Amino acid sequence: MNLDNETIVRIAHLARLEVNESEKESLLKDMNNILHFMEKLNELDTTDVEPLIYLTDEINVLREDVVKQEITAEAALLNAPLHDGTYFKVSKVIDKG
Amino acid sequence: MTAMDTEQKVMTEEVLNKYELVIGLEIHAQLATKTKIFSSDPAFFGAEPNKHTTPVSLGLPGTLPKINEEVVTCAVKLGLATHCKINLVNRFDRKNYFYADLPKGYQITQDELPICQKGFIVINLKDKEEKKIRLNRIHMEEDAGKSMHDKDDRYSLIDLNRAGVPLLEIVSEPDLRSAEEAAAYLSEVRRIVRYLDVCDGNMEEGSLRCDANISVRLKGAAEYGCRCEVKNLNSIRNLQRAVNYEFRRQVQLIESGERIDQNTLNFDAATGVTSVLRSKEMALDYRYFPEPDLPPLHLSQDWVDELRKELPVLPEQRIKRYTSELGLSEYDASLLTNDRSVADFYEELISVSSNYKSAANWVIGPVQSLLNESGKEISELGIPASAIAEIIQLVEEGKVNNSAATQQIFPVLTASPGKQVNEIARELNLFIDTNEDDLDAFIEQAVSKYPDKVVEYNKGKKGVLGLFMGELMKVSGGKIDPKTANKLLISKLESLK
Repeated sequence: MNLDNETIVRIAHLARLEVNESEKESLLKDMNNILHFMEKLNELDTTDVEPLIYLTDEINVLREDVVKQEITAEAALLNAPLHDGTYFKVSKVIDKG
Repeated sequence: MTAMDTEQKVMTEEVLNKYELVIGLEIHAQLATKTKIFSSDPAFFGAEPNKHTTPVSLGLPGTLPKINEEVVTCAVKLGLATHCKINLVNRFDRKNYFYADLPKGYQITQDELPICQKGFIVINLKDKEEKKIRLNRIHMEEDAGKSMHDKDDRYSLIDLNRAGVPLLEIVSEPDLRSAEEAAAYLSEVRRIVRYLDVCDGNMEEGSLRCDANISVRLKGAAEYGCRCEVKNLNSIRNLQRAVNYEFRRQVQLIESGERIDQNTLNFDAATGVTSVLRSKEMALDYRYFPEPDLPPLHLSQDWVDELRKELPVLPEQRIKRYTSELGLSEYDASLLTNDRSVADFYEELISVSSNYKSAANWVIGPVQSLLNESGKEISELGIPASAIAEIIQLVEEGKVNNSAATQQIFPVLTASPGKQVNEIARELNLFIDTNEDDLDAFIEQAVSKYPDKVVEYNKGKKGVLGLFMGELMKVSGGKIDPKTANKLLISKLESLK
């Protein structure tokens, strides 16, 4: 399977990445390489092998429903590029009115 | 044919009658847990913006989610109450999309292995008809934060208090066939989540939210039509309005030879009209994959069985019992079961009073009015069910008359719930202690006061009896047994013929 330019553009959009023409070309090459490598792996018969999702054997790590206020609102806003002391401020994502 | 002709043709009842609605609902219930689904910040509504956060709900790098066990309990309870199969092996998945109020860039949800599957809810329709609405699934997920777009000219403002609040998404099969059925189903879901105490069911505050998948097809058609998803219906009435609007819109398009596009729509409650939010071409590609940060959740069948035993008796079952075993009307039974605490109070009452009908009248009447007027919960009233049972008994034994009981004893009991009923009746001097001689004297008094009415009565105008009874109640101070008084009064009147 070979990816085309359109797929690269779509994937870049989904990841909210801006890529220029030359980057597109190298990305296309890289991603095709990755897919070819996967195809190689696909030659293995994995019929009875459970997919590996977790890297440990842990199950049921649960938490009691008890409130712990770890941080203040001030601390929550501290790392934000933009805030007004109460809310996070982000570029307008909707055009109202 | 002109546009006008098309319009008229489409809107006739005859044309509309050729089609049927097909509706499936996706309902999000916000859980009434103390903390969020994957972190220990408070989950309740109404705090100052961004006060309820932790590094996890802010989506900071390097933080790890940890599931709240109470969320799992709520999900299983709701699944059991709606006859679902409970999946013992659970996993979470990431649903990827970018939006400013979703800090991680993905929502943790359950895609492939939802905790509950294949259940059903029974709804009651007009004419006592029942209908089973199948559930496709119920799964656990986290809520997003809140965006405000109109508070600032240049920026959208984000409040992450809601980010990570636990949700159960309840997905029905497309089994609903009218706005009324959709409304009945949504009400029933709300009643069930309230009975189970898993969600407060408040649609105005957004604790219960509804999206509707709506399509139309010719009656008798085997295939479904192309559906539209209407988002964010925030009341039962708006759900009905949106469904009815979509029905006419979609039928009109089909009748005009056009096709329905599979769009995501927004319903404007002010205008009652739907508009396109996202077209099919803009449909999001969520790229679900298993959430590696949360280890799998394995439930034990023993634990699920334990929860099943703890389930409260649901409204559906209570209504059946009240009508078949206790002889109540369908209407009274449904009034008694609307609210679980009221139904529980009724059951406590009938455990000490065998007059089921009087008990129902007391709960639906004076008790319910008091709840409505005061806006209180039944537990806050503090009135013991045993006190109501005593009042019922006093009336039944002819010791106190019913109007004295509701109008005089009950208000005093309401004001001082700890007080003994007998004591109240004694203090207010309500015990019927009139002997027959006194009663005869009262009757004599009443009859001689209205000689002309006596004549009217004996000419066949039986209605004046009420006037004499009223007079008797007045002169006796309500302390007569209405049945005896009525009997003696009639024989007195007859004797004056």
